Amino acid sequence: MINLLNISKDYGENHAVKSIDLTIETAKTTVLIGPSGCGKSTILRIIIGLITPERGEVHIEGDTLTSDNLILLRRKMGYVIQEGGLFPNLTAQGNVSLMASYLDWDKKRIQKRIDELCDLTKFPKDALTRYPIQISGGQRQRLSLMRALMLDPDMLLLDEPLGALDPLIRSELQNDLKEIFSSLCKTVVMVTHDIGEAAFFGDKIVLIKEGSIIQEGKIYDLAKKPADPFVTTFINAQRTHLESVGDI
Amino acid sequence: MKLLNISLLILFVLIASSCNNPKDSKKEIKIGSKKFTESVIIGEIVSQLAESSGADVKYRKELGGTRVLWNALLNGDIDIYPEYTGTITQEIFSSKEINNQRELKEELLEYRIGISQPLGFNNTYALGMKRDNADKLGIKTISQLREHPELKFGFSSEFVNRGDGWPSLKGAYRLPQKNVQGLDHDLAYRGLESGHIDMIDLYSTDAEIPYYDLKILEDDLKHFEDYYAVLLYRKDLENKNPKALKTILKLEQNISEQKMVQMNASVKIDGISEKTVASNYLKETHRVNTTPVHESFLSRLYHNTLQHLFLVVISLSAAIIVSIPLGIFAYQNQKVGHLVLGVVGIIQTLPSLVLLVFMIPFFGIGTVPAIVALFLYSLLPIVRNTYSGLKDIPRDIRESGEALGLTPFAQFRLIEIPLASRSILSGIKTSAVINVGTATLGALIGAGGYGQPILSGIRLDNMALILEGAIPAAVLALLIQGLFDLSERVIVPKGLRLEEGKH
Ligand SMILES: Nc1ncnc2c1ncn2[C@@H]1O[C@H](COP(=O)(O)OP(=O)(O)O)[C@@H](O)[C@H]1O
Ligand SMILES: [Mg+2]
Repeated sequence: MINLLNISKDYGENHAVKSIDLTIETAKTTVLIGPSGCGKSTILRIIIGLITPERGEVHIEGDTLTSDNLILLRRKMGYVIQEGGLFPNLTAQGNVSLMASYLDWDKKRIQKRIDELCDLTKFPKDALTRYPIQISGGQRQRLSLMRALMLDPDMLLLDEPLGALDPLIRSELQNDLKEIFSSLCKTVVMVTHDIGEAAFFGDKIVLIKEGSIIQEGKIYDLAKKPADPFVTTFINAQRTHLESVGDI
Repeated sequence: MKLLNISLLILFVLIASSCNNPKDSKKEIKIGSKKFTESVIIGEIVSQLAESSGADVKYRKELGGTRVLWNALLNGDIDIYPEYTGTITQEIFSSKEINNQRELKEELLEYRIGISQPLGFNNTYALGMKRDNADKLGIKTISQLREHPELKFGFSSEFVNRGDGWPSLKGAYRLPQKNVQGLDHDLAYRGLESGHIDMIDLYSTDAEIPYYDLKILEDDLKHFEDYYAVLLYRKDLENKNPKALKTILKLEQNISEQKMVQMNASVKIDGISEKTVASNYLKETHRVNTTPVHESFLSRLYHNTLQHLFLVVISLSAAIIVSIPLGIFAYQNQKVGHLVLGVVGIIQTLPSLVLLVFMIPFFGIGTVPAIVALFLYSLLPIVRNTYSGLKDIPRDIRESGEALGLTPFAQFRLIEIPLASRSILSGIKTSAVINVGTATLGALIGAGGYGQPILSGIRLDNMALILEGAIPAAVLALLIQGLFDLSERVIVPKGLRLEEGKH
């Protein structure tokens, strides 16, 4: 379980996150959604300690996140971002095994784990010797997920992991991801700005606007019991796109 | 055990002292000369004379200018060198009022520098015309030019513009000539040959005087400053090596203007080496037999290469060792970092020659100041590329390493340094290529290397000599570049060398 208590983050005059309280439940998928610039990525980066909030605390499985336990807690979290953030100097294999090698896992154990992850994420084994620049966008995201899962973390943080993919590959990966999440039973926090994707993944959806949480709950709650007119506006904005085209 | 320690200590002291004081350092005498032929010849004569007296001679020829030599003399890098009285009063003591030889001697004594009697010739500004033309018109002195207003003058632009040149000469002698043009020295000689010009300015010991059969007009009003050749030497030479000094001072009043002109011509026009010319002079005039050793082309090339490589390798290695940490520091402490980059940048804007000369008061002349200057000069490309290589790593990638739970040092070692490696390496490559080129200037402060034949070649207008330095320097630069291109394959991770789409 992850708890955010009264978290605020300012960039000068810009209040990116405003006194947020949020509980992220174990083994569930929580989706953060909201318009661009509303603070979704900032919240994710606060959870994994890439930025420190001005006020408030982050509790991870009961431990308060501090600079002392930061490095150890990070190893219990996997982090995947939009373009993958892969290390261009390392092969696919090198990217995935970096942390394990650093922690002195023996070669056999590393190879076994990588084999498992290739099967799980459907990453082609023969591409393991390639460099990030030599594989496709979809494969890069699978690789990034493998890297995040290598140490078998309890939590997965994903920041628009499918945002840069074209629609076909995107929907293929959506299905694969959903399967992975339900088979692994991990605590997942995922950022997206696509309401369909949020509905598809989210056990809980958290709608954010200008650094504040407007409403949290299931997609049904947001659609039928909006806490604010903005909720409806946000949902409809994406729905009407398709409907306005009429019969396709 | 203690005994062993003590004996080791004694051994160390012995070795150290023998390094500092080579056995007959007392008898060593260091001679310098300027980078024009006349000075090189006199330096050569002094060297051979000193050698004949039994001294151990070290001759550093073609040093870059009055200041370099004067400072080298003051701090003992050289013991003696040929100078001109006018240069001492006009350049070295330009801020002082010196009226005669006695005052000059006293002023020099303040610096513990001695001055010889004039060697016998005066190398000053002079006017010259074709001998037959002058004889026909019966002109012997500058004053007599007043009677020939129709004469056409072709002067070097320096002479036309200098305060002590044409403007004051014209005033002092009340010369009537109107047809005066400023032009290149070579063109002036050609104009003289073809008869388009009657009169040119020159130095009174120029090699061209006999070649073009010129008559030097007497400066009967003593308008031009005297530039008598003398030897300046450290006073301590009188105690250190009186015999060599006494032998050298035999040159006093012994080299006439005519003799000097002839020696200059032998070197510059007939292409005879300074060594041979000096040796011939000593044989004829002083009955001193010397056997100058001429170095073969290959042996010269070998020595120059060793010296050049020494300068480059030491200065570049030191620069790499200092610059990479400095670049990392600048990156990690952005505020102080800008200051570091600024300072290193300012060093780079100094002309390399200026930087070299700056080093002399601190390190004297020779290899050490050259290495220090080259070291300073090599800093910027490496510091800047280390800094920007680290700074340009995309935030995504940097944060991915952080989010994995790597310690800051591990992030630095496993990700940031490999990612910056290409930029750092190309900074080193830039430094190396600049370094090889700039090191050729080291010869101006006595550091040797490929600059030495280049200097001689420029001085003697000898293309073959220039190329003897320029070609190996270019080849060395290319070799070093190739070496770095190869090492890039080893050092820079393969993933960074791939282009997108090429598998
Ligand atoms: N490093 C930064 N410096 C200044 N402002 C930032 C920085 N990162 C984010 N912001 C601002 O904080 C707000 C929230 O950003 P972010 O969390 O990235 O939004 P999103 O919901 O699109 O992920 C935005 O207004 C953004 O401009
Ligand atoms: Mg974002």
